[in-house]
Amino acid sequence: MASIDGALLDFMHLDRLAAGDTALHRLDPRAKLLATFVFIVSVVSFGRYELSALVPFFIFPTVLIGAGDLPVRYIAWKIALLCPFALVVGLFNPVFDTTVLVQLGPLGISGGWISCASIVVRAALTVGAAIVLVAVTGFPAICRAMEQLGMPTAFAVQLLFLYRYIFVLTEEGVRASRAREMRSFGQKGYGMSSYGSLLGTLLLRTWMRAERIHMAMLARGSTGAFQTRQEFRFGAPELLFLIGWCALFATLRSHNAAQQLGALVTGWFQ
Amino acid sequence: MHMADALLSPAVGGGMWAASAGTIAYCSARVSRDLDDRKVPLMGVLGAFLFAAQMINFSIPATGSSGHLGGGLLLAILLGPCAAFLTIASVLVVQALFFADGGLLALGCNIFNMGFFPAFVVFPLFYKKLIGLDPSRARLTTVTMISALIGLQLGPFAVVLETLASGLSSLPFSTFVLLMQPIHLAIGAVEGVVTVAVVSFVHQARPEILRAAVEAGPVGNYPMRNVALAFLLGAVLTAGVVSGFASKDPDGLEWAIARVTGNRDLKAPQSVLHGALALFQQKTAMLPEYDYRKSTAERATYGPKAVQRKQGEGINPGTSIAGIVGSLLTLLLTFLGGTVLKKRIKAA
Repeated sequence: MASIDGALLDFMHLDRLAAGDTALHRLDPRAKLLATFVFIVSVVSFGRYELSALVPFFIFPTVLIGAGDLPVRYIAWKIALLCPFALVVGLFNPVFDTTVLVQLGPLGISGGWISCASIVVRAALTVGAAIVLVAVTGFPAICRAMEQLGMPTAFAVQLLFLYRYIFVLTEEGVRASRAREMRSFGQKGYGMSSYGSLLGTLLLRTWMRAERIHMAMLARGSTGAFQTRQEFRFGAPELLFLIGWCALFATLRSHNAAQQLGALVTGWFQ
Repeated sequence: MHMADALLSPAVGGGMWAASAGTIAYCSARVSRDLDDRKVPLMGVLGAFLFAAQMINFSIPATGSSGHLGGGLLLAILLGPCAAFLTIASVLVVQALFFADGGLLALGCNIFNMGFFPAFVVFPLFYKKLIGLDPSRARLTTVTMISALIGLQLGPFAVVLETLASGLSSLPFSTFVLLMQPIHLAIGAVEGVVTVAVVSFVHQARPEILRAAVEAGPVGNYPMRNVALAFLLGAVLTAGVVSGFASKDPDGLEWAIARVTGNRDLKAPQSVLHGALALFQQKTAMLPEYDYRKSTAERATYGPKAVQRKQGEGINPGTSIAGIVGSLLTLLLTFLGGTVLKKRIKAA
């Protein structure tokens, strides 16, 4: 992460998008979570040389961005900062897989390039789906949905606590980091000794904060059980949403829509 | 290194999700049963600390690059195995959702690679056994460095195995390992140094924190029967379900043999003993080539050579041009549709 301020602002921006008020935002989070999972599994289940069959799947993030009134440039930029690991590994494919699979006139495209492109498209689709899910649902709602779908309560509590305190602790981290920056000169001051004491102090303050939180919980009568407010209902719109998208994914998985469209269009010109 | 959805197959992703979910369930039950409910806010806040700490860099001397804390080992040292696993898992969930680090399906792999190994392998088997109750500075440094190095070899090795099992990458095993492991040796050294710095700071300021985790009861108290049943269930699931997705491509050894000799299998030497044993094996094998016994006629239509013939048909150039045109058109239509939808929502 380039700078802690930038990362924090980015985090808060995505979080704030979830507070939007469109019909999509008002759907029960379970429907959106399940639809996203079916989407990801469908995309990932394609063979390594499938490329055109993956393209129609862009309809899911695009429709959700449209229906959720999300900022396109922001989401596209986030997708562009893809997990580099997949791309680096994918870039080795053309090196090791050189059998030519497609002949476009004089140009022979090897299987390695096709599988590399397939990996890039997959990455864009899966990453896009995850970001859009958070942008239209929000983290606490996703945790509640996962809990209703069977996640253990202790883990749900952990996630909600973490989410609550990320904002507090990253701001402390920003202050500590800025203090170090102001006391440094060029590369001096960024070494291990200052880093160790920076993190160590942050850690000890965190530990003492945890003890204060625990005492505050006891003072308010906490018995260890956690109540979360139920805001959503899984009704007819949610069922329609889920079944509609799953049916579309199943169809797109079994039929290469892009291929068929292309064949239709090239057929007109022949 | 975070594993990515783009390199995963559903079988591997689903399997690792099951493993991670099972471990989360186990750890949640353990943590709920824990009498010390001070741990609940502590886990949450330490997770947030880890999140913040991963955003702060330090410069690595002589390389001009910077590094940051990974944190799995540090959490295990501070919290003990189960609580640390849940905390690491929660941080990874937030990273996957907000920073798209990896992906939602790869979350199972990442939680296992970066949570299970530090918390349940490195901490109980190496750190706890070697550290003692009041370690000297030298001992603290050595044991933490060793633990960090081991932990950061196991995780990436698991990533290599998962990527190869998924079959989307063409990297051969040896090259992949030679790329990943040395890099992570360096990363492990950095992680070790950072963890030592933070742990020794804490040891000087509040040593009772470190002592608490090390003194906590032995971790390996799982009844053997449950562990064995879990493995049996896993084996049955893998054999029955996951094997359906098994790749027909040659495995590493067959691939290497094919490269060297041009044939998938080695020809057995033509001696009497070999011949007799081969005949015996053929007659008694219940599931030759991991498949049901087929008559010769069946084998001609459905056998591996027939499949290879179908696969070897290659891709028709007519279909590929149609595919490219269709893909471009589909993309155009999709984006147009999205824009129209957005305008309608805005106007409404």
